[in-house]
Amino acid sequence: MIWQLDLAILTLVVVCAIAAISVKDLLGSAILFGAYSFMMCLLWAIMGAVDVAFTEASVGAGVSTVFFVAAVFRSTRRTKD
Amino acid sequence: MSDLIPFIIAKYNYWIFITLMMIGMYAMIAKNNLVKKIVGMNIFQTAIILFYVSIGAKKGATIPILEHAHGDAHGAVSHTVEVAHYINPLPHVLMLTAIVVSVATLGVALALAINVYNRHKTLEEDEIIDQIKGI
Amino acid sequence: MKIIALAIVILSGGLLLYATQDFPSWADPASPASMHVSPHYLQKSMEETSVPNVVTAVLADYRGFDTMFETTVIFCAGVACFMLLRISRQTPEDRYYRHISTGVTIHIKGGGKIPDKSKEFERIDTMWTPFDLVIKTVCRFLIPFIQLFALYVIAHGHHSPGGGFQGGVIFGASIILLAISHNLRIATKRMREKLVGLLCVTGVFIYAGTGALCLLMGLNFLDYGALAPLLHVDPVEARSLGILIVEVGVGIAVMATMIWIYNNVSSAGKYDEGL
Repeated sequence: MIWQLDLAILTLVVVCAIAAISVKDLLGSAILFGAYSFMMCLLWAIMGAVDVAFTEASVGAGVSTVFFVAAVFRSTRRTKD
Repeated sequence: MSDLIPFIIAKYNYWIFITLMMIGMYAMIAKNNLVKKIVGMNIFQTAIILFYVSIGAKKGATIPILEHAHGDAHGAVSHTVEVAHYINPLPHVLMLTAIVVSVATLGVALALAINVYNRHKTLEEDEIIDQIKGI
Repeated sequence: MKIIALAIVILSGGLLLYATQDFPSWADPASPASMHVSPHYLQKSMEETSVPNVVTAVLADYRGFDTMFETTVIFCAGVACFMLLRISRQTPEDRYYRHISTGVTIHIKGGGKIPDKSKEFERIDTMWTPFDLVIKTVCRFLIPFIQLFALYVIAHGHHSPGGGFQGGVIFGASIILLAISHNLRIATKRMREKLVGLLCVTGVFIYAGTGALCLLMGLNFLDYGALAPLLHVDPVEARSLGILIVEVGVGIAVMATMIWIYNNVSSAGKYDEGL
C-alpha cells in the first residue's frame, strides 16, 4: 500500500475525531462523526478489507449518522462543553 | 539512532490506533454531555476494529476473493492457492459482526438519551445529578 | 474531573505503547495471526463450499454460530428500543394543516382535527419545512433502484464483496429515505409497524430454522451438507445454497431492525411526526 496516502488519511482521521468531540453544536458533532466514519471506510479499503469497508460505508456513514441527527432533533442542539 | 527509523516506520500505525482509542476513552470519561459520550463510545469501537483489520494485512497481497475460480467444476480440479498471495480473511469476519453490534448498541443508547431528555429536560450530566439530588 | 481523566488516559496510552514493542511488524506474511487456521480456510474454501468470496464462506459456513447469535443480538436491540420509547396514550395536542391551493397554514389547538382524506387540506409537521418538489420527485424515482441494488448485493455475496448485512442495511436505508423525504406517516402506511416487527422475527427464524432442518436430516446443527437430498444437488453445492438461504434470513432481519429503530427514535415513540 502507498504509505503517503495512508499517512494523509490517518492524519485526517485523527483531526476529525478530535473535532467531533470538541464542537459546541450537537448537529455539527453528528455530521463530523459521519465524516470520520467515511474516512475509516477509506482506510479499510486501502488495507484490502473490502467487505468491512462496504459495511462501514453503509452502516457508519449512512444509517448511523441518520440516527444521530434524528436523536439531536428530538432533544436539544445546544451544549455547554 | 539508525535502527530507530526502521522501528518507527514498522510500527507507526499502532501508535495512531492507540491515539484514536485514547481520544474515544477521554470523551467517554470527561465530557458532560450525553451525546458526546455516545460519540466517544463509537470512536473507541471503530478504533478497535481498525486495529484488528490491520493485523490481517500482508505486504503485496490482494483481496480475499479467490481468482480464476468462476467456471470450475465444483471441487474437481483445484488450482493450488498460494496463501501468501491473499490477505488473511479471519479478522474481517470477526469485525463484520462487531460493526453490526456497534450500530445496535448506538440505537439503544440514543433511545436511552431521548428518555432521559424527556424526563429531565436537559442532556448535561451535572444538571441531571443536581436535579436528582434536589429531589 | 478533567485532570483525572487526562491522567488516566495518558497512563493507559503509555502502557499500551510500551506493549507494542512485542507486536509483529505491520503487513508481515509470517505473523502468528496468519499461520494456524486461516491457511486452511483459504485453501479449502473453493473445494468444500464452491464459494470464491472467502469472507462470506467463513462468515456463514465455517463460523455460522457467531452470525446466528449476532442476528439474535440485532433483534434484541430492536425490541429494546421499542420497549424503551413506544407509548400509546396520546394527550390532545396541536395540529397544523396547509390548504393546498392557496398555501395558507392553519393551526388547530387542543385536539381537534380535519379528516385525513380531505382533498383540500394536508397535514404538515410541527417543525415545518417548506414544501419541496425537487426532493420529493427525485427520491420517488430513486427508491426502487436502491432496492434493486440491495437485492443484487445480497444475491452476489458469493462472488463479489457484499452479502446479507450490506444488502439488508441498504434496503432499510431506502425506506428511511422515504420517511425523510416525504413524511413519517406515509412511510408507516407503506411498511406498517406490525409488519416490520414480524419481518424481524422471520429473519431470525429462517436462520435458526435452516440449522434445525439440518439437525432433522441427520447431521450436525448448521451443517448444510444435510440439505443435499432435499434440493437434489451434491453436498458441495448444497453448502453454497445453504449459505445463500442463511444470508437472505440475515438481510431480512437487519432491514427490519434498521426501520424499526429509526421509526422509534425519530418520533420519540409517538409515530405521528418524524424528521
